Amino acid sequence: MSSRYSRQERFSPIGIAGQEKLRDAHVLIIGAGALGSSSAEMLARAGVGKITIVDRDYVEMSNLQRQQLYSEIDVINKNPKAVAAQKRLEAINSDIRVQGIVADVNGMNVEDLVIGKALIVDAGDNFETRLIINDAAVKHNVPFLFGACVGSYGITFPMIPGETPCLHCLMDHLPAQNLTCDTAGVISPIVQLVASYQVTTALKFLTGAKLSPLLQSVDIWNDENAKIRVDRLKKENCKTCGNNPSFPYLSFEGQTKTEILCGRNTVQIRPGVARILSFEELGRRLESLGCEMTVNSYLLSCSFEGRRVVLFKDGRALIHGTNDITEARGIYNRLIG
Amino acid sequence: MTIQLNGKTVTLPQEVATVQDLLSHYQIENRIVIVELNKEIPGKEQYETLLLNEGDRVEMIHFVGGG
Repeated sequence: MSSRYSRQERFSPIGIAGQEKLRDAHVLIIGAGALGSSSAEMLARAGVGKITIVDRDYVEMSNLQRQQLYSEIDVINKNPKAVAAQKRLEAINSDIRVQGIVADVNGMNVEDLVIGKALIVDAGDNFETRLIINDAAVKHNVPFLFGACVGSYGITFPMIPGETPCLHCLMDHLPAQNLTCDTAGVISPIVQLVASYQVTTALKFLTGAKLSPLLQSVDIWNDENAKIRVDRLKKENCKTCGNNPSFPYLSFEGQTKTEILCGRNTVQIRPGVARILSFEELGRRLESLGCEMTVNSYLLSCSFEGRRVVLFKDGRALIHGTNDITEARGIYNRLIG
Repeated sequence: MTIQLNGKTVTLPQEVATVQDLLSHYQIENRIVIVELNKEIPGKEQYETLLLNEGDRVEMIHFVGGG
């Protein structure tokens, strides 16, 4: 017998039987940034038999501080994260199968990704993608381990279809605006902590242990944590997990629309669900980052990551200086969350 | 007033009277927040009127989107 998993098999809640269940599981990780790097490495080392990891981005220097699957050569070569992650995970564990997919997860492709998976690990960088995954997870009865972090603060919640409330029950609308790692920063220890909670939950679920419907938050710098039992927040009329579901984030109307404005070297982004931006808060943060910016009562125009970005109060945005929709959506998500 | 907030003893300034004031005090009033007050989860429509009392146990979790 291989000694590869001996320490994990000696851990009695997993044991040899649990290890076999891990070997037979196929896990989907959405996002190969900080949380995705950390979760994927732990799951690969733990011997989860098949891992699919999806990401739309490529590796940049500012990722290396926390995104542990990547190195400087990936930055120099601008390697897509999904490709670099697959290569590194295969080098860590050749016993398992790893599939890296370079794609922007949206309402049109999410169901194909979700179907047939034992579990989805959340490693996204924005709310809309999470609500899209949540819809697909409930529709196809696949548990979705929500996790997110900014600064030194992170939250986790295991969404089990038919048992717990879904993400849509917990947030009945998109937050107007979010702190993002690109505007508020992030330190590596909170990433590792949130990913550790998610992977522990994954190991428990895959080996048949019982989960608690706890929404948890941790601030590792300020030494604070909170736990709330949220099972009572399940809504009977929830459009995703209620009695008469419509899965709004999988519909065309619910999608964020992007279009290249011909001849203007500009991408327009229109959120599928209306949101009201607070320019005061965003303006303060951009100011602290030293971003040059103009605000009036209708729009905020700023320079962000080398592009001119114009934001309207309803969440619509123009990203100037590019015809690349993926780049524009990335900038939008890093700015607004 | 002194309350237990996320497991820590916190003394609040006098102007913090309601749950809504508490969110504003921590500058998370524009975010999605789930608040548990003495083991109950009040509806958001109650935040403006729900008064905090000495010794209350509050768990407060706000959503972030990064990762």
